[in-house]
Amino acid sequence: MTTTQQFITIGIMAVSVISTRFLPFLLFPSEDHTPRFVRFLGRYLASAVFGMLVVYCLKDVQFLTGSHGLPEFIGILGCILLHLWRRNMLLTIAGGTAIYMLLVQTVFT
Amino acid sequence: MQDFKTAIRLSLPVLGAYWFLGLTYGLLSANMGYGLWVPVVMAMTIYSGSVEFIALTMLISTFNPMAAVAMALMVGARHLFYAISMLDRYRGASWRKSLLIFWLTDETFAINYACRGSFRQYFWVSVLDYLYWISGGIMGYLLGSAMGDMLMQYLRGLDFVVTAMFVAIFMDDYLRHPDTHGSAWLGICAATVCLVVFGAGQFIVPTMLCILAVLYLYYRRTAR
Repeated sequence: MTTTQQFITIGIMAVSVISTRFLPFLLFPSEDHTPRFVRFLGRYLASAVFGMLVVYCLKDVQFLTGSHGLPEFIGILGCILLHLWRRNMLLTIAGGTAIYMLLVQTVFT
Repeated sequence: MQDFKTAIRLSLPVLGAYWFLGLTYGLLSANMGYGLWVPVVMAMTIYSGSVEFIALTMLISTFNPMAAVAMALMVGARHLFYAISMLDRYRGASWRKSLLIFWLTDETFAINYACRGSFRQYFWVSVLDYLYWISGGIMGYLLGSAMGDMLMQYLRGLDFVVTAMFVAIFMDDYLRHPDTHGSAWLGICAATVCLVVFGAGQFIVPTMLCILAVLYLYYRRTAR
């Protein structure tokens, strides 16, 4: 690819991604014109998306080989317990990450 | 000013996530021999980590605009869901609205959805996240070949910050909204099944369709 072609490729990828962000806002500019199902989605979709994103983060974990996803499992369990205990997002994130880093740098090297 | 301070606090986990991911992204682009403009321009215009990583591999192969569009739309499709969830939240944000929409990433959406506040707060969280991502990429590129491997050794496992953040947001949402528990489990189950069936590379779109279908059936049954 020449530099110009690279530039074009980046440009069209940017336009494509940006359009995925803008499309719903362009389709449903005002509340009155938003179908009831879309408003229903506005309420219920996010919880499903968060679940999907957690799985998305684990998509490259090999459960059958290596450490069998054990550090990930323990790290997530740590997050859940920390969150149930204190309900402090920052603590949950920092604690879970620390547990995981400790595991992959010392136990599961 | 208060909104800015709140935004700093709220975006702290994103700082960790974006600097680490941005560092990896910058390192990778340096190792692949790109000029600094490639990672920086992509970070500023595409502003979607997953798409940018894929773009890095596409830019060294032959010129294929259709494949680039298809890949960007497929990987970026989840933004449709973020936008639908933010339709009401960002309504009335006047001049900030277009920028808020452009800045909708996984992390920014998650923070701004979970933490209700003023338009100014949403705006600052979005601005900060954007700056974290760009600066992370630049740092990674500059650190690049010189001490990249040594640095990465100490940072090993820090990428888990992204997972931890989504688990925290999931838990927060779960504890806060008992009425959407079904939806939360739907997301996990649909994604898990689709991951097994379609594989890591292309399970997001099937998952999204699956979620939409089940929510539609639920809507037909209840919201009459």
